[in-house]
Amino acid sequence: MNLTLKIWRQKDSKAKGQMVDYKVTDISEHMSFLEMMDVLNEQLVNSGEEPVAFDHDCREGICGMCSMYINGEAHGPDRGVTTCQLHMRMFNDGDTITIEPFRAAAFPVIKDLVVDRMAFERIQQAGGYISVNTSGNTQDANSIPISKHAADEAMDAATCIGCGACVASCKNSSAMLFVGAKVSQYALLPQGQVEAVDRVKNMVAQMDLEGFGNCTNTGACEVECPKGISLENIARMNREYLSATLKG
Amino acid sequence: MSGILNSSIGRKFAMALSAFFLMIFLLQHFAINLLSVFSADTFNEVSHFMGTFWVIQYLMQPVLIFGVIFHFVMGFVLEIKNNKARNISYAKNNGAANSTWMSRNMIWSGAAILAFMGLHFYDFWFPEINTKYIVGDMSGQLANGEFRYFEELQHKFVDLWRVVLYVIAFVFLALHLLHGFSSAFQSVGANNKYTKGLKGFGKAYAIIIPLGFIFIALFHHLNH
Amino acid sequence: MALDSKVPKGSIKDKWTDYKNHIDLVNPANKRHIDVIVVGTGLAGGSAAATLAELGYNVKAFAYQDSPRRAHSIAAQGGINAAKNYQGDGDSTYRLFYDTVKGGDYRSREANVYRLAEVSANIIDQCVAQGVPFARDYGGLLDNRSFGGVLVSRTFYAKGQTGQQLLLGAYSAMNRQIARGKIEMFNRHEMLDVVIVDGKARGIIARNLITGEIERHSAHAVVVGSGGYGNVYFLSTNAMGSNATAAWKIHKKGAYFANPCYTQIHPTCIPRSGDYQSKLTLMSESLRNDGRIWVPKNMEDVMAIREGRKKPTDLSEDERDYYLERRYPAFGNLVPRDVASRAAKERCDAGYGVNATGEAVYLDFASAFERYGREQAKIHNITNPSDEKIYELGQAIVEAKYGNLFQMYEKIIDQNPYKTPMMIYPAVHYTMGGVWVDYNLMTTIPGCYCIGEANFSDHGANRLGASALMQGLADGYFVLPYTIGDYLSDDIRTGKIPTDTKEFDEAEKEVSDRINFFVNNKGTKSVDYFHKKLGKVMWDKAGMSRNAEGLIEAMAEIKAIREEFWKDVSVPGTADEMNPELEKAGRVADFLELGELFAKDALMREESCGGHFREESAELDGPQKGEAKRNDEDFAFVAAWEYKGEPANAVLHKEELEFKDIELKQRSYK
Repeated sequence: MNLTLKIWRQKDSKAKGQMVDYKVTDISEHMSFLEMMDVLNEQLVNSGEEPVAFDHDCREGICGMCSMYINGEAHGPDRGVTTCQLHMRMFNDGDTITIEPFRAAAFPVIKDLVVDRMAFERIQQAGGYISVNTSGNTQDANSIPISKHAADEAMDAATCIGCGACVASCKNSSAMLFVGAKVSQYALLPQGQVEAVDRVKNMVAQMDLEGFGNCTNTGACEVECPKGISLENIARMNREYLSATLKG
Repeated sequence: MSGILNSSIGRKFAMALSAFFLMIFLLQHFAINLLSVFSADTFNEVSHFMGTFWVIQYLMQPVLIFGVIFHFVMGFVLEIKNNKARNISYAKNNGAANSTWMSRNMIWSGAAILAFMGLHFYDFWFPEINTKYIVGDMSGQLANGEFRYFEELQHKFVDLWRVVLYVIAFVFLALHLLHGFSSAFQSVGANNKYTKGLKGFGKAYAIIIPLGFIFIALFHHLNH
Repeated sequence: MALDSKVPKGSIKDKWTDYKNHIDLVNPANKRHIDVIVVGTGLAGGSAAATLAELGYNVKAFAYQDSPRRAHSIAAQGGINAAKNYQGDGDSTYRLFYDTVKGGDYRSREANVYRLAEVSANIIDQCVAQGVPFARDYGGLLDNRSFGGVLVSRTFYAKGQTGQQLLLGAYSAMNRQIARGKIEMFNRHEMLDVVIVDGKARGIIARNLITGEIERHSAHAVVVGSGGYGNVYFLSTNAMGSNATAAWKIHKKGAYFANPCYTQIHPTCIPRSGDYQSKLTLMSESLRNDGRIWVPKNMEDVMAIREGRKKPTDLSEDERDYYLERRYPAFGNLVPRDVASRAAKERCDAGYGVNATGEAVYLDFASAFERYGREQAKIHNITNPSDEKIYELGQAIVEAKYGNLFQMYEKIIDQNPYKTPMMIYPAVHYTMGGVWVDYNLMTTIPGCYCIGEANFSDHGANRLGASALMQGLADGYFVLPYTIGDYLSDDIRTGKIPTDTKEFDEAEKEVSDRINFFVNNKGTKSVDYFHKKLGKVMWDKAGMSRNAEGLIEAMAEIKAIREEFWKDVSVPGTADEMNPELEKAGRVADFLELGELFAKDALMREESCGGHFREESAELDGPQKGEAKRNDEDFAFVAAWEYKGEPANAVLHKEELEFKDIELKQRSYK
């Protein structure tokens, strides 16, 4: 198929960007979206132009590196996939596809479609861990039984790949699904209880400091999340936060 | 606790609390208005009681006014903050793919309701305050000795334009509630096995209450 | 220089304990004055960085991704082995040790493997304490599954995302240290050289991938945990950015590179669909527990399927060739990875491949649907169930076991694997070879360590399923933090290493010169053009089966590609900006050298062992006819190569392998 691409090009974080039109031809429907981008880039390199910079790494939907806002949706029109797993069969011959970086004040553009997600790193550093040193004499893994239900729920929360689609999709650029997932994972496990109060307060404080918006429960994040992280995690974080605040 | 409004979740929680309060008030307002359809006398008595009982007038009324002001001021503050969280907007955004129109446009449905409240206060509240606290007439009666409440109510719905405005406002109220009801529960952390039922109830509430108000307005317009 | 593996004396059971009891330690106050650089933040690098920082060292960690959480360890699906014996099925440290050595086709160092098995249990304890949500049974205790050709259930797992969860555990431990200021994290940075001062590794040169700035970083020791070199094949299950640059740079500065030809080719990957393919996707080996692998018996059917005239489901049982069950009746579809891969290649080379590229075989779950369906019908007391009912019941069981894999397959191939058999083909997955290290995990450069997949370590010529995660975390959490202390105890009075010395000047100049060459070369061909060309040579001539003639050709061809690359490569953009093409160019330049050494190593090793199959070294007759034949007499050694300019001139050093605790046997799966 032949396609017209409207792609955001921006030289670096300080430059002013703009949408630029490109044409690609003979795209196979079996290609992944990023392979289509590879074709475009090969074309650009061969004509001496700078290829479009975009983040990607594992290309199997788990590293969370790839981003892109495609035709008005984070990771494009398919559900439960990252951009690297989006396939061209979702599009038709002659389509015009608009490709933009994830937009949020807290995710400044570094170049073209590459954004800086360090805000997520700082949120995790504010409390996204359990303080346990490596010693080789940690208590036996089976010494605290954990109900299968809680373990499974913690696992569901923990599948977050930190891609930022929730922020990109949210009309408010809120990061609550991301933070909620991490807070939930630990809140559901006994190991996470000791630091629960400080964790949620510190992580939320850092989230606010980074300039993410406020959650208005539109639920867009849940729909666009490639890992299907549930809004329940935000509700759980709200509860954790309120009870932590009451405890002081 | 005092700093809670400085955090995103705290603000969200406060929005939800004020929303709960307003939704309960709305229910109460609706119940009393509905009386006007069935019995002018009962409506008059209840209205007089509400209009003169000190707990309602000096305690609940200020709380309600605070609740309304807080809810809309905070709503606008959040909207401004949220807009700032995305400094460059998307060239192409397909919001309909992942969220409802209602959830994305709370600020507009809210603004419409606020505008309506201006009219509503002009129609009822300001004259009421004027009569009771400026003129000082706490009797609640007309010159002929009858209660004035039902009479005033019917009189207001004579004009068609007003009825139309009221109907439009209630449609916005329904849209606001369609997202707002379940959203408030989610905000206070209630997302569990009851959520599905609660959402259904919320939808019913969001449609039935405004529809009821519309019915009352039309009823009085047609029966004056 | 003679290779000294520094394996401690004593019985294998006591070596590690005795070693820990007698090494020199660094006092906590002194650790504050010692800096350690960790390159790569996957399971090995991430866990090492976190643990070293917990101990009190100042750690500088480097990742080319925007976060340590994105390292390719995250893609591991199946699980992690540990000798916990929670199932009471007879597992023990010794048994894990034995299985790993045997699985590696007797080409690994006994003492390292034993230590790995010994610390494996600690890993699970540590991860659970960190909040890793391993799967649990209804009693709330940890669940296990069995994996690849062992007789016990010792694999711990977190859905199909074990690697992700373990990496997030290590990442969280790192975050805690980053917050404390004990780890300084350099995201989007790539190490481009190691700096050696007075014979010791004392720092690195790194490029800031956002600004293009070349930076100098000094430390008292350098740890490389940068993963494997599978991308030398262009197409592999590795991440797009996975590269050998850090490992190759230390090789060029004096670290020997061991057994480069040991590559694991995983049998159950999603086949290539066209020339545009950028990478391959693995599906867990566990699928072979329930899937049967076949190709059509008759060439007419193959053609009819390729042309779309027939569907695989149209073929009767008689018209199918279940070649693994035919050739290996004892193990059937569950033969080890290398055997399954070669058998698939054999059929496809003979022309029986079932997709357009001729490189795919079927993995069929129909009989599993039926088997589980009948079982379920019994359980639910359904008498005379219809075929549809049986299928439906069976499908539910298969879905519960492999639902996420089936879904992934459908997303990529756009066929419903519940209705039609999956297509699979082998793909490069893991490299057992890597930088040579001694028992302390130190390379032949003093002060330079190598951990995880990047070293040659513990898997011999073939790695067992669920052992990669175990090794990465063992190295990072429990081995390196001890062994590096022994080395650093001499450095407590050294003080900060200055970066304004001639050694740093020279290293930086070398790096800058190369970058400037690339951006100024103005050739005519893209980096990918050369990478694909290299990958094709590697796959065709140094892939699943190898012979002397092909390997000699490969060496010459790779050299020619390399020469063309340095003449004609085109890298757009400049050096002082984010420039993905420039990054790729540097990595491919290194692969073009590594590939040749790979072929040289494969040529030298005139035996078949594990993932390395030499056509000349196969059983000629008897029941094992055509199967791989190991040669313990001549090749029971680690081949460690010393860099001497051209890869063809690399000098071989042998570390003889001694097997005191395990008897050497030929593997048989017939």
